[in-house]
Amino acid sequence: MPLNLTVSPDFAPDHISGWFYFNTFLQRQLGIPIHLELYDSFAKQREDIRQGKVDLSYANPYDASMLVRELGFKALAKPKQKTDETVIAVSAHSDITAVEELKPGSVLATTDDPDVHTMGMIMLESADLDESNIELKTLKNYVLVAKSLLKGEADVGFFLKQGYDELSQLIRSEMRPLVSSQIGVIHHVLLAGPAFNEHQEALSQTLLTMVDDPKGQGVLKNMGLVGWEAMSEEDTEFMIDLIDTLVE
Amino acid sequence: MSEDKKTPTREERIRYFDGSERVATIVDEEIPYPDGKLIVSRTDIKGFITHANQAFVDMSGYTREELIGANHNILRHPDMPAVAFKGLWDTVEKGEKWQGFVKNLRKDGTYYWVKATVIPNIRNGQLMGYTSVRRKPSRSKIRESEALYATLM
Ligand SMILES: Cc1cc2nc3c(=O)[nH]c(=O)nc-3n(C[C@H](O)[C@H](O)[C@H](O)COP(=O)(O)O)c2cc1C
Repeated sequence: MPLNLTVSPDFAPDHISGWFYFNTFLQRQLGIPIHLELYDSFAKQREDIRQGKVDLSYANPYDASMLVRELGFKALAKPKQKTDETVIAVSAHSDITAVEELKPGSVLATTDDPDVHTMGMIMLESADLDESNIELKTLKNYVLVAKSLLKGEADVGFFLKQGYDELSQLIRSEMRPLVSSQIGVIHHVLLAGPAFNEHQEALSQTLLTMVDDPKGQGVLKNMGLVGWEAMSEEDTEFMIDLIDTLVE
Repeated sequence: MSEDKKTPTREERIRYFDGSERVATIVDEEIPYPDGKLIVSRTDIKGFITHANQAFVDMSGYTREELIGANHNILRHPDMPAVAFKGLWDTVEKGEKWQGFVKNLRKDGTYYWVKATVIPNIRNGQLMGYTSVRRKPSRSKIRESEALYATLM
């Protein structure tokens, strides 16, 4: 039975092949079979995680909480120089110049990415907006969020900062960010479940030395990462505590 | 329009729960909460600061060295009723999450409003301390809190 690797569905489409190379790289280094399962739905992925179908996960910080506190996963590493930040943007033609000018009844374009949505909603609180007094449009990805702003179908949109920055120059020139979060300590994390216990040492070693290996460097580049950094148990608990203060 | 608008300043005695007190210079001027930031601090189980992020350092007006090891009541504003903090401590000591609006005193005597969430840090079943994360509050919540706290003084 191969172990199962999965990746939070918020990865950029350009990096899909990178995750397949990563899986191949890990199997060669560890000498064990690993199956990569990708999802386009956060909900479906979470369901499979709960059913024990996942042993190794590149998790978004929100799911990290469930994996660590409920399912006994351990954080092995975090991506170097890569924190998760949220951008709230409007169409370049919008009259709105600050979050506080948004009115009840506004149409919000968002995705089912739990981190971005949670942070975005927190940043709307200063305008007294919450899910009870805005109209939510949950879309498949950030390109669709951008399109709904450009077409005037939504007043305001939430983006993962990296997703926003990766949109084409043309699309970005038609939008205007109102606010961009600067949290700095919330990030994705590579988590291993109990089935990985016996390989944990080797896996950590493999991750941390990836940058020193020419093949590893190529794989990282394709994943859009510059390297991995070790994460202590306390670093992980701290991040999860922080997220717990942000969710209801 | 060259009116000299000097911000009113007053000296006020702040009395803490443990019986200690200090006289602080209070300046009635609000410093706006920085957009997009979270102010994060952690304390030990008695409320002494063990961690402060950069946004906390910047907004409080103290240096990180001054904050680490200080009692978190270093931010206590005299316009905050004691009962608000009793509610905070009663809640987190039960192991639950506390949320509320707080007017904080900066080192220079000015103030800033936050929406704060405090949670206990449980490690291997043991209480190790507390984490507080603050976000930007809405104007209407600040007004409501001002009115409510004035009745609780
Ligand atoms: C994690 C944590 C964060 C706190 N943050 C604040 C704060 O930002 N401002 C504040 O006045 N009190 C804060 N408190 C409450 C103080 O510990 C203290 O109870 C309060 O300032 C009133 O002072 P006193 O209890 O000494 O009278 C915090 C407590 C904890 C546990």
